Amino acid sequence: MPDPIRIRAQAKDGGTDIHVLMPHPMETGFRKDEAGEFITAHYITDVEILVAGRTVLKATLSRAVSEDPLLFFRIKGGQPNEPVRVSWVDSWGERRVDESVITAAT
Amino acid sequence: MKSGSSAPRAEFRREPETQLASRRRALEILGRALLAATVLPAFRVRAETAQAAVTAVKPAFGAGSLAEVLELLDAHPVPSDDISLVVPDFVENGALVPVEITSRVPGAQQIYIISEANPFPLVARFSVPDETEAFVATRIKVANSCNIHALVQSDGRFLSAVKATTVTVGGCGA
Repeated sequence: MPDPIRIRAQAKDGGTDIHVLMPHPMETGFRKDEAGEFITAHYITDVEILVAGRTVLKATLSRAVSEDPLLFFRIKGGQPNEPVRVSWVDSWGERRVDESVITAAT
Repeated sequence: MKSGSSAPRAEFRREPETQLASRRRALEILGRALLAATVLPAFRVRAETAQAAVTAVKPAFGAGSLAEVLELLDAHPVPSDDISLVVPDFVENGALVPVEITSRVPGAQQIYIISEANPFPLVARFSVPDETEAFVATRIKVANSCNIHALVQSDGRFLSAVKATTVTVGGCGA
């Protein structure tokens, strides 16, 4: 099982900045191992981010997104302590869901 | 470089929905034949089959050229100053290229990132509801020095911005 998704959501200037880092190898299938065999492609294909139960971003990724995909975006509303839920599915059908909350601007 | 993935891509190109199931079945059988021939671990075939299914659902992600991506999206993008695309002019490591897109197009619903020189140029698609700003930043792999395109879809209209980037070491090895 891959490492937990790291989520940072900070309320700021009437909106909320959301940073998401999803540890994942994002193998393209084009790389070879030491034995010269192609390493099987393995990458996140779908990401969904919900704030307080509402979908705020859906992403469809390809193998060309860098290892440990990073997403940074901004929503218009968002209050401190509202839950942020991030889920992904990869090309092997593996899944991961993690949750955090919006923090107040420091 | 494309071996292993170019076959399913070609198979699924512009196939009508009704034929996909039988196509997938054929591919599965082909996969099993390959397994027998090369004695691959079982999980590997499972993975490849899953991948073929993903490609079938999202044809544009399996497209092999910019023109094909645009054709499958049915997009005729018009260059727009309302899209700002930030990509470094020079990147040392093609496996880690920061891309930032901000759109001031009213009613932007989808944002696409396309890297022209990649074996599969469509890199990512973001669906942005009204309550989310039309802004997204991420990091992508770029195979070679090429143009990066940002495509913004709003009510079936496509607007675009283009930026060239020079890559010292290509992103295919990562």
